[in-house]
Amino acid sequence: MDPVLSAVRLTVREAVHSLSSSEDGGLIFSTLGSLKRYLGETENPALPGEQEEFARVHYSAFLRCLVGKLSPDWLELLPNGQLEELWASFFLQGPADQAFLVLMEAIEGTAGPSFRLMKMVQLLARFLREGRMAAVMEGQCWQQKELASPLLQEALVTKVVGLPDRLGNCLQRENLAEFFPQNYFPLLGEEVVRVLQAVVDSLRGGLDCSVSFVSQVLGKACVHGRQKEILGVLVPRLTVFTQGSCLWQRVCWRLMECVPDRAVEAVLTGLVEATPGPEVLSRLLGNLVMKNKKAQFVMTQKFLFLQYGFTTPVLQSLLGYLAMDSQRRPLLVQALKELLDTWGSSSAVRHAPLPQQRYLSKAILICLAHLGDAELRDSRDGLLASLMAGVKCRLDSSLPAVRRLGMIVAEVASARIHPEGPPLKFQYEEDELSCELLALATPRPAADSPSEAGPSVTAVAAETPDKGTVDGGVPQARLEGSDSELDSDDEFVPYDMSGDRELKSRKAPMYIRDCVEALSTSEDWERWEAALRALEGLVFRSQAATREVSVELAKVLLHLEEKTSVVGFEGLRQRALVAVTVTDPARVAEYLTSQFYAVNYSLRQRMDILDVLTLAAQELSRPGRLGRAPQRSSLDAPSQPSCTVAPAWRAVVDERIRNKTRRFSKGCPRWGPAGSPNEFNVVAGYFFFPLLRRFDKPLVTFDLLGDDQLVLGRLAHTLGALMYLAVNTTVAVPMGKALLEFVWALRFHGDGYVRRGLLSAVSSVLLSVPAERLLTDMSDELLEARSWLADVAEKDPDEDCRMLAVKALLLLEKLKDKLLSLSSP
Amino acid sequence: MAAPPPPPPDPQFVLRGTQSAVHALHFCGGAQGQGRPLLLSGSQRGLVHIWSLQTRRAVAILDGHRGQCVTWLQTLPQGHQLLSQGRDLKLCLWDLAEGRNTVVDSVHLESVGFCRGSILAGSQQHWTLAVPGRGSDEVQILEMPSKTSVCTLKPEADAKPGMPMCLELWQADSSPRPLLLAGYEDGSVALWDVSERKVCSRVACHTEPVIGLDFDSQKARGVSGSAEKALAVWSLDEQQALQVCGTHKLTNPGISDIKIRPDHKILATAGWDHRVRVFHWRTMKPLAVLAFHSASVHCVAFAPDGLLAAGSKDERISIWSLYPRT
Repeated sequence: MDPVLSAVRLTVREAVHSLSSSEDGGLIFSTLGSLKRYLGETENPALPGEQEEFARVHYSAFLRCLVGKLSPDWLELLPNGQLEELWASFFLQGPADQAFLVLMEAIEGTAGPSFRLMKMVQLLARFLREGRMAAVMEGQCWQQKELASPLLQEALVTKVVGLPDRLGNCLQRENLAEFFPQNYFPLLGEEVVRVLQAVVDSLRGGLDCSVSFVSQVLGKACVHGRQKEILGVLVPRLTVFTQGSCLWQRVCWRLMECVPDRAVEAVLTGLVEATPGPEVLSRLLGNLVMKNKKAQFVMTQKFLFLQYGFTTPVLQSLLGYLAMDSQRRPLLVQALKELLDTWGSSSAVRHAPLPQQRYLSKAILICLAHLGDAELRDSRDGLLASLMAGVKCRLDSSLPAVRRLGMIVAEVASARIHPEGPPLKFQYEEDELSCELLALATPRPAADSPSEAGPSVTAVAAETPDKGTVDGGVPQARLEGSDSELDSDDEFVPYDMSGDRELKSRKAPMYIRDCVEALSTSEDWERWEAALRALEGLVFRSQAATREVSVELAKVLLHLEEKTSVVGFEGLRQRALVAVTVTDPARVAEYLTSQFYAVNYSLRQRMDILDVLTLAAQELSRPGRLGRAPQRSSLDAPSQPSCTVAPAWRAVVDERIRNKTRRFSKGCPRWGPAGSPNEFNVVAGYFFFPLLRRFDKPLVTFDLLGDDQLVLGRLAHTLGALMYLAVNTTVAVPMGKALLEFVWALRFHGDGYVRRGLLSAVSSVLLSVPAERLLTDMSDELLEARSWLADVAEKDPDEDCRMLAVKALLLLEKLKDKLLSLSSP
Repeated sequence: MAAPPPPPPDPQFVLRGTQSAVHALHFCGGAQGQGRPLLLSGSQRGLVHIWSLQTRRAVAILDGHRGQCVTWLQTLPQGHQLLSQGRDLKLCLWDLAEGRNTVVDSVHLESVGFCRGSILAGSQQHWTLAVPGRGSDEVQILEMPSKTSVCTLKPEADAKPGMPMCLELWQADSSPRPLLLAGYEDGSVALWDVSERKVCSRVACHTEPVIGLDFDSQKARGVSGSAEKALAVWSLDEQQALQVCGTHKLTNPGISDIKIRPDHKILATAGWDHRVRVFHWRTMKPLAVLAFHSASVHCVAFAPDGLLAAGSKDERISIWSLYPRT
């Protein structure tokens, strides 16, 4: 045997022996001092061969022995803590990985709070403070590949990354602040930077080393969900270092390449979120997406299609990264194709939640902004086809938000994909989302994009002028406004001048029949308009005369078209129709409901019928209606023509809130409303049942179960509202039964708006039908509805649907409580 | 951003009882009227009502126009003398001092048009009166109280501006020469130098006859209204040339009277659309639309303290207090 080795072994054995047997401080001190020679860094260090042997074979064992000796008495053997200092120096100066492992093992092996545990924890804290963690990692970087034991490395990685958890477990409430994850991981980040610095230095010096261990640490930390902490420190540093140094960039790329596959996603997620822009991302990642299949999958599939949590700037830097290098650009084109495919698939439109659709749209617009004309031209047909398919699906949707999204993306994308074609132009209101999307479509400054993006910049620049002029108008007007604002004295605050309308000549008809005649035949538009304006008042004033012509009048109004541009035409017509319906409910409702399923009506007219029925029912069921003027305000609110989101049920909900709100009396006391019969009671059937009769029988022009799902949704909402308004009427029970059957038939409808209508209908059944009757007459239906509601509340992709289902469930729950409390006493 | 505008104001009070359409309004004094001035109104039936703004009742009723419409009322600065112009072709001078109400003098007019007169009170004893003259396009200038005809302002033969529709006599601060602004039937406004009997400047402001105008001699800027849908603002430069500064669109056509408040801050128009519109005079920013009357408004008047009165065909006079003077 090598004499050097046996000499070392002998010394160590003697030392261990004297440590374990001796109580003499001086002897122990000198023994430890003699062993310290093997760690170097003393006046007369041992030979390099001896040092190496000690480090390789005896160091860990000796440290374990030291740990074992640790006790208050032992440390007291020498005054002034000399012994403790010497003891600690063995851990801090030897090979860091072994020291770290021994420390961790000892800490975990020591039970409960004890002197020894606290000493070792403090030592570990000092170990961290003195930057030994960098030494741990450095040691692994320099180790030759063949020497490195993967098992040991694995254990080391686990311990390094799991340190906060392990110490948290051991120390419980006694834990030190250094070991909190929010403190430890930034420190780890700092140490990684130091290791990388050392690696770069040694590479400069021509030494070979590997960063795979650091990559493993990084990957593991990210998998543990500590991306923010560690990358928050790492990324800004690396951004600076990689600025001008190729070597740094190479090290960085290598670092990312060596991340184990299972950690790639976690690391990339953190990295994309932490980097300020595509340039930095490109510097840090290099061409990782081309080299690593997993990274490519994560970047081009997972981040775009399976997740939608990233903010817009993150998405921009992600796609910007793909666009920055010519090798990666094919990936971007591919991504755009796939994005548009997904965007265009009708099942995605139906089943994806709205935020994801927004995310996809943003991604598409950003891709378009990055791609050049030439690249787009190559795959124009495919792109256009899926774009148009998506636009069609979206415009068919009954949710306004989805429609708007479709319009915006269609406008921008068609202009980019097919610039020569006729530009698409939709009417939509500008809001935050549209502005954001439009801003995304304009490419970033040319300095950020490679030269190939040049043509795209000019192409879009050519489009912008017309937008510019539109925008230009606003500031000018504003300037003028502010100008006059400056001039005028503050005391001259203008009064509200909204009532300043053009004066109409007074040719308003005085009789209902004149109105009917004027509306149906008159070519004198002023008279026509005056008749329309006068109609509502006339109907309420001369009810008897109205009843004589009610159906005829309803027919005229239903077919009325806006021939001249009359301000508030929709509202006037609707109010007049409601007035007629209220005046002669049975006959007019019968007529209107029969027309709902007749041929040759536009969807608009059919939806008008539904609105009018709801409003009239609301008016009829209003308590204390007789002897008072019709409530204008309650009719005004839902009469806005833009009401794609069921104004009727909104009015009902508002009404309900108003009813539930308790107000402490203010001002003159109000008389309680005089009791009067609910007029809706008698006629509710005329309003309700005919609407249910034929929804499943398609006409040539009107297919409720097919394309006209918007009307179906409206129908469901209307039925719900009618049901709600029929509270306390005798007909409520059969109505509820019929409505539940209707809901049952349609419960798996694909359109979110329809489902919302159905859910609100269920709620109104629960509210309107007396609890006892619910239990006796329709317990089966209720049970079925309940399981359906529970299902919807959990699984429906539409957020509103889930909410409504939960509300209905709550109502059911309340009902149960009520019944229990009734039966218990 | 800004707070919502305050709701449109309501009249402070309403005077009823003229029993016919109100065609002329004039605030009288304020100095001698113990706090609040008197309001004079001239009605279609030829009566002049004198209203106390304190009791809000008619103090006196003057009947001097034989049942013909009173179109113009004006008090003389020396006090208790009132000029009333009626469609009976008579201009009466009333003595109102000490509760009297007698016609002390009258001038026979020779024009049957609707044009109101205008006065320029130079000194205590003498004042100048401008009224439409005998010829359809003439304006007659009289020296009062002697009723001497000073001159007749007749446009040049080739001008053909039509009848004068409204008159405004004034005097620049710098020179004593009386000047006359006249709005004509063809929509133009002309500036006459009375002493030289010639037109200094003429500018076409409207395409319809000018029905009312008012002039702010401090800013050398005036405003006119006509039967059309716009107000015209014009100014006078140093060379006494009129220039149109701008027009201001109205919602409904037809202006029957227009007045600038004595402090030159705001102006009010009487509209055929039953509404009184209030503008900021410097910027012409619309400030308020006073919708109270149910028939066209015929006349507006401002009191020295800023009170606004509007008289309408619906036989009512509304009194408004807007943007009180500080």
